[in-house]
Amino acid sequence: MTERILMKGNEALAEGAVRAGCRFFAGYPITPQNEIPEYMSWRLPEVGGTFIQAESEVAAINMIFGASACGARVMTSSSGPGISLKQEGISYIAGAEIPIFYADIMRGGPGLGNIAPAQGDYFQATRGGGHGDYRVIVFAPNSVIEMGNFPRICYELADKYRMPSMILADGLLGQMMEPIVYDFEPIDPKDFPEKDYLLGCTEGRERRVVRSYDLRPGYLEKNTLKLEKKFKSIEENEVRYDDTNMEGADLVMVAFGTASRVCKSAIPLAKEAGMKVGLLRPITLWPFPMKVLRQIADEVEHILVVEMNIGQMVEDVKLAVEGKSQVHFYGRPSGSVPVTEEIFEQVKMILKK
Amino acid sequence: MEKKVFKRTGGLTDIPMRYCPGCGHGIIHRLVAEVIEELGVQKRTIGIAPVGCSVFADEYFNCDMIQPPHGRGPAVATGMKRIRPDCVVFSYQGDGDLASIGMAETVHAAARAENITIIFVNNAIYGMTGGQMAPTTLIGMKSTTSPFGRDVKRAGYPIRMCEFLAALDAPGYLVRVSVHKPANVMKAKKAVKKAFQVQMEGLGFSMVEIISQCPTDWFLTPLQAVEYVEKQMIPYYPLGEYKTPFKKEEGKKEAKDKIEVEFRTDFN
Repeated sequence: MTERILMKGNEALAEGAVRAGCRFFAGYPITPQNEIPEYMSWRLPEVGGTFIQAESEVAAINMIFGASACGARVMTSSSGPGISLKQEGISYIAGAEIPIFYADIMRGGPGLGNIAPAQGDYFQATRGGGHGDYRVIVFAPNSVIEMGNFPRICYELADKYRMPSMILADGLLGQMMEPIVYDFEPIDPKDFPEKDYLLGCTEGRERRVVRSYDLRPGYLEKNTLKLEKKFKSIEENEVRYDDTNMEGADLVMVAFGTASRVCKSAIPLAKEAGMKVGLLRPITLWPFPMKVLRQIADEVEHILVVEMNIGQMVEDVKLAVEGKSQVHFYGRPSGSVPVTEEIFEQVKMILKK
Repeated sequence: MEKKVFKRTGGLTDIPMRYCPGCGHGIIHRLVAEVIEELGVQKRTIGIAPVGCSVFADEYFNCDMIQPPHGRGPAVATGMKRIRPDCVVFSYQGDGDLASIGMAETVHAAARAENITIIFVNNAIYGMTGGQMAPTTLIGMKSTTSPFGRDVKRAGYPIRMCEFLAALDAPGYLVRVSVHKPANVMKAKKAVKKAFQVQMEGLGFSMVEIISQCPTDWFLTPLQAVEYVEKQMIPYYPLGEYKTPFKKEEGKKEAKDKIEVEFRTDFN
């Protein structure tokens, strides 16, 4: 599939999910993600899928819980306020080990906030988000191409590890248009891997139960330790990141999503001014690229974390470098997007040039 | 010769139930399980357990089961039925689950005329958590959070779910029954069967509200609890069909307070 299409990030994401085999979507309107349910409302019926405009985010997440437990590739999407409402369901789904995929197209917060792009939901996404001990696989695209192509990877990982996976993107990525080429052929749901935990007809097999509770003393601990093992394996095997200009860098910027593109644009300015500046972009926010950051910290004195919030990922960076580098932070929260010159100024200040 | 007149239904597992003496859940589980067995759909039925006393329903019903968050049964059922229209999907819920925390999911599943069946057990109390006031707790009724009796000035009024949902245009089947006497148990079974048939024929949302007794949290003996259902609960929650897609059967007495709703034929 080499066709180049000009698409909005939200639409590319929805189309990517459909191509990856999504056949059930339930969602509720909220800006800046409305193009996703709107697209699904006509696109899913075309491929024999189901679209439901749910009465609430709470209902939407539970609809996809039921649909996935019956074997469909499912999706829901929202922005911060709606993702907060979905957390109850996400926690149950994580506990019941049912694969789901969802997207948070972030806006300014807290509270109702605004509808401008922001990255304030990093903590919520990377810490699980709801109650109890669990994690969610978090992908952070920074282009429309990635918005469209990441859903397939998210579905595969959700199926492989039987857990929720998500895309965390800011409203700018959802709203902007860029050309996209899908890097995979549409997947037919008939070709999905067999799952031995789905509900439906019990003909020729034992009955199955999908649940997240176990009141027998000690049993829930065993199950949670099993989850921990799974999460450790993901931390070991599924980390993804992108790096630029790292060779001999005096300072390494760390940023994801839209902020990473602004940072990238500051590299040539720094180069002109005679400064060696690199960029590490975590693609998976959980699992977080701890190891590579630890290596960077062995060689680089200054790390500058740039986020569209008041400092969330910077805590993970500090955890990773364990005090070996100086970690600086620059953030523009609640709907403000930093520009190249701002980042360049920060770099100059740190390197005292 | 000895003749077997009663046997345990295969619709239930062999796990002993942990319900209190005099509780209605055991009877209601058996009725639902018998209906599933009699309709021959046990191998393609998916049940949904609530949060509440009957959270363990996922151990008792001998079919595939799922246990979702408190009150979200109708939303989970919606997702399941849309993906597996060939399966029979029922959600078993209590009054707190259905009429309080899950009210939105209940009303909207009914309004969408989802082809699912809800077994709604109304015993006017939160049993599992120790007897707090429910949305269906009667006026003046004592609970651990209305220790002097439900006062309408502070705690408002009980909700009549059948009447409430009957106001919707969406087609379906709404009925209220009880299990406090053998004759009522038989009627309740008929209602449960009808509800499953409505789903199997694709006639929309079906809900059987079952007035049940909770001796433990009503602080009554099982016998007194049965009397309480008869004298207090049923007068407030009249039994009968509130909406039905079936035509009225000839020569049958109409249920008390029955609301006639014509079956819409323009609905697909």
